[in-house]
Amino acid sequence: MKYLEIKNLKKSFGELEVIKDISLDVEEGQVVAVIGPSGSGKSTLLRCATLLETMDSGELIYLGERAVTTGMDGRAVLAPPRQLRKIQNYYGLVFQNFNLFPHYSVIRNVTDALLTVQKRNREEALDIGRELLERMALSDKEDAYPYQLSGGQQQRVSIARALALNPKVLFFDEPTSALDPELIGEILKVIQDLAAEQMTMVIVTHEMSFARDVADHVIFIDGGIIVEEGPPEEVIGSPKNDRTKAFLNRFER
Amino acid sequence: MDWSVLLVKLSEGMLTSVEIFVLTLLFSLPLGLFVAFGRMSRNTIVKNVTKVYISILRGTPLILQLMLVYFGPYYIFGVRTPKGYRFLATIIGFVLNYAAYFAEIYRAGIESMPVGQYEAARVLGYNKTQTFIKIILPQVIKRILPPVTNEVITLIKDTSLAFVISVGEMFTAAKAIASAQRSTLPFVAAGIFYYVFNFIVAVAMEWLEKKFSYFQ
Ligand SMILES: Nc1ncnc2c1ncn2[C@@H]1O[C@H](COP(=O)(O)OP(=O)(O)OP(=O)(O)O)[C@@H](O)[C@H]1O
Ligand SMILES: [Mg+2]
Repeated sequence: MKYLEIKNLKKSFGELEVIKDISLDVEEGQVVAVIGPSGSGKSTLLRCATLLETMDSGELIYLGERAVTTGMDGRAVLAPPRQLRKIQNYYGLVFQNFNLFPHYSVIRNVTDALLTVQKRNREEALDIGRELLERMALSDKEDAYPYQLSGGQQQRVSIARALALNPKVLFFDEPTSALDPELIGEILKVIQDLAAEQMTMVIVTHEMSFARDVADHVIFIDGGIIVEEGPPEEVIGSPKNDRTKAFLNRFER
Repeated sequence: MDWSVLLVKLSEGMLTSVEIFVLTLLFSLPLGLFVAFGRMSRNTIVKNVTKVYISILRGTPLILQLMLVYFGPYYIFGVRTPKGYRFLATIIGFVLNYAAYFAEIYRAGIESMPVGQYEAARVLGYNKTQTFIKIILPQVIKRILPPVTNEVITLIKDTSLAFVISVGEMFTAAKAIASAQRSTLPFVAAGIFYYVFNFIVAVAMEWLEKKFSYFQ
């Protein structure tokens, strides 16, 4: 089943046409890596897919349900609020700089949306939260506050926070870019484990060898379009397009 | 010098000062939040009206505003104000003035919040009210406590301005005794009262700041 469909996405900021035309399908259990130079619109793509940014035109569909359609006039139209609230549950987003809630303890960060948004009861939320923290090897940090954690630990909390709501599709926007080099591995490992559990993910990353290992499908974005896409062995292993080659060459050293 | 008279009169005055202080905070702290929302509103009329309001109330002396609120209804509109209006006018004047100051403090605090906090909440499905109450406000309160403390301390000293419309607060009492007994001692005593008042409030605010020190 298609978990995510993006069709003919266009997005400009004023005069700047950031995404010219991008279409992307993500199947259940698939891991898609998004690569591309700085400023190519990778974050914008994720922000449109998570409705943090409203697209100018195009379609956005989760599990066959339409979040955004394009009207007769060619402008994007949001689904009615009730449907959006439902679709909201289908995706989660992990930010580059975590965006944890500093005034909440680790466990509260993970459980608060369960309580506030999903209206679960305390015990249930705590069970879910504790289990996730255990998976993230953070059980001993339950009562710590974000400022007391390393960057890698904070990012694991934010992954747990996103997973708590049981999303169908999980987006990552450069999840390791804000981390010290020695902490990158622990986050990549967590994502790899999620991939092994068939979690559907779309990951923007500059870690080429990681993208190669974890992704089923790689898309290379440049100048607002998908320049090249396919299995990682092809796109990263033996790229055909000159722009892809030039981009990947910078990572050789 | 009659010490017992001095103490009794000053204590009575102090009670009025404390009343002005408490009532002003009680109303101006929440009112300031609404003014801040108005100031940040996307509606240009609302935004500009609040902007002018803040600008005037912060740009003119409080003592003048108090006189205007007290004498204005009669001298401008010919309305006879009831007997207890003296105290009410003081509270209205103080609340309107302090709400303007608090509004700017709130605004600075709210605008200093990183956009990532809103975005994280939004992706998790929090609605706007939940986001503001649960995620933004607690962090804003921590950030604005120091400037709010400054205003609160200033307010204690400002309560003495109520003398201008003859509200019997501590300074008014001190002045009356000073002229009746031909002594400056009442002023010194009043100063000590204000200082003690200040000291207690400063300790309370410090305690509040500590309560918010569990996160960064
Ligand atoms: N809110 C905005 N307003 C105006 N311009 C924006 C906005 N957000 C992004 N842009 C511009 O859109 C372009 C694409 O930005 P985007 O953040 O999507 O790039 P990116 O591929 O994620 O880059 P990086 O690898 O550096 O994160 C950039 O030129 C950026 O300056
Ligand atoms: Mg980016």
